[in-house]
Amino acid sequence: MKKLINKPEDVVLEELKGIEKAHPDLVKIHYAPDYIIRADAPVKGKVALISGGGSGHEPMHGGFVGMGMLDAACPGAVFTSPTPDQMLEATKAVDGGAGVLHIVKNYTGDVMNFQMAADMAKEEGIDVEAVVVDDDVAVKDSLWTAGRRGVGLTVLMEKLVGAAAEEKRPLKEIANLARKINGQGRSMGMALTSCTTPSAGKPTFDLPEDEMEIGVGIHGEPGRTRTKLQTADQITETLMKAIVDDLPFMSGDKVLLFVNGMGGTPLIELYIVYRKAVEIAEKAGLKVVRNLIGPYITSLEMAGTSITLLKMDDDLIKLWDAPVKTAGMRWGI
Amino acid sequence: MAVTRDEVISWIKAYGQVITENKDYLTDLDSAIGDADHGANMHRGFLAVLAKLPAVEDKDIGTIFKTVGMALISTVGGAAGPLYGTFFIQAGTKLNGKMDLTLADWTAALDAGITGVVNIGKANVGDKTMVDALTPAIQALNGATGQELSMSDALKKSAKAAEEGMKGTIPLLAHKGRASYLGERSIGHQDPGATSSFLLLDTAANVWVNN
Ligand SMILES: Nc1ncnc2c1ncn2[C@@H]1O[C@H](COP(=O)(O)OP(=O)(O)OP(=O)(O)O)[C@@H](O)[C@H]1O
Ligand SMILES: [Mg+2]
Repeated sequence: MKKLINKPEDVVLEELKGIEKAHPDLVKIHYAPDYIIRADAPVKGKVALISGGGSGHEPMHGGFVGMGMLDAACPGAVFTSPTPDQMLEATKAVDGGAGVLHIVKNYTGDVMNFQMAADMAKEEGIDVEAVVVDDDVAVKDSLWTAGRRGVGLTVLMEKLVGAAAEEKRPLKEIANLARKINGQGRSMGMALTSCTTPSAGKPTFDLPEDEMEIGVGIHGEPGRTRTKLQTADQITETLMKAIVDDLPFMSGDKVLLFVNGMGGTPLIELYIVYRKAVEIAEKAGLKVVRNLIGPYITSLEMAGTSITLLKMDDDLIKLWDAPVKTAGMRWGI
Repeated sequence: MAVTRDEVISWIKAYGQVITENKDYLTDLDSAIGDADHGANMHRGFLAVLAKLPAVEDKDIGTIFKTVGMALISTVGGAAGPLYGTFFIQAGTKLNGKMDLTLADWTAALDAGITGVVNIGKANVGDKTMVDALTPAIQALNGATGQELSMSDALKKSAKAAEEGMKGTIPLLAHKGRASYLGERSIGHQDPGATSSFLLLDTAANVWVNN
């Protein structure tokens, strides 16, 4: 294992110390239990947004804490969901009296831990709603799986719902907005390489030079199928087809197109993918009205990409354009 | 003969040791069909458990179980944290005030613990999870009551049943947890959680051998 770390067990703690030193204007860090909150939390009268998940997906979620996005993020160990006491303490720390929304990616561990935290917070009299993101079309949503994973759409949801919370919309409305976003966004990802968690010390799976994994999540786990390596255009077609067919997106729809890097893929390649994805979207009659390109929800140093399409409307466009000031996303200010 | 409170503590400590020894093995199993963290998760959890134990060593077994469960929930995370945490907390509800464990006590506790796991995880037998190791173990214990078995023989039987359940996960298609994302590709691999559950019951059989 070749990594810029000191000791595997100190990775998350030392990352938090770095964030604390880098962004005191944006966030405060609480240790044991670990959570990151907005520097000005709690914001009175505003619904507070909390997300969390395993570490290793940076900048998600800690990099999205700040004005216009999250009020708190709870980082777990690398690729492991955080614990209920982190979420409960974060919930109490950011509650500004208007209630708290938990944004939960659909993984067994995340769902169970957030559920426990929400139950405890409610017992303490805090108004908590939870929204589960499950946008990954690579997983069949059936009785026979844990359901679709929460992937790229999470980033878009945190931005959009964060802007709505800034407008002081009430909790119920914000939760419904989040559910609406989840209903009209879809994603799919692929990997060119595996990744190495610091504690495991070796790649999660072996992938020969000339092969790739299609339908991967964000935890270095193998995907649905392994195939021979293809060109960027062929890969983009595979991902886009699965996404567009699933919703289904219709000719005339306005969409936000998000091309995400998995951590080890340079922007130059993401733009190649974006170019082809726009072409495919336009051929299907979709109008790409906004975009996002870059590594926002990563899988450590994995090379690969994921594509997310979200159906937009005037309200969502306005929320997307609203100011945001976080370490990982910043515009309009 | 009944298992004493001190033997319960020895079991938990021994399991902590077993987890340390099997950390890489559990992570390897989880690399094949999950996200390569089960060994690290359990290890982190039981380090916390071992740190909490001295404070409750003179308490009743129910309190000890509850402390173990709380420590796991607040340090493990992932799926295993709530599942094992609930297992110990629910098992502990059957052991309040007890300073030793009869076979009937252990059977009732294990039953409550497994019910807790099934309630929050909603896994059925055959879904390729820890439930596939735990359920045969409790069935073996239930079968042992009534037969004039010693506690240690009953524990051995239940550990053996858990082992078979664990091995039985290899050909299964995963329906729960991360492994379910793999679809058919989950077939042919042993479930990490079933493995750590077998080790828990196997450690009990080994440590409580003189009963
Ligand atoms: N719904 C469930 N019911 C019972 N056991 C489950 C369930 N889901 C997963 N498991 C068990 O949990 C084990 C995986 O535990 P692990 O510590 O690796 O958590 P994880 O699922 O990777 O968590 P996270 O997704 O946050 O990383 C599986 O091998 C399986 O035995
Ligand atoms: Mg795992």
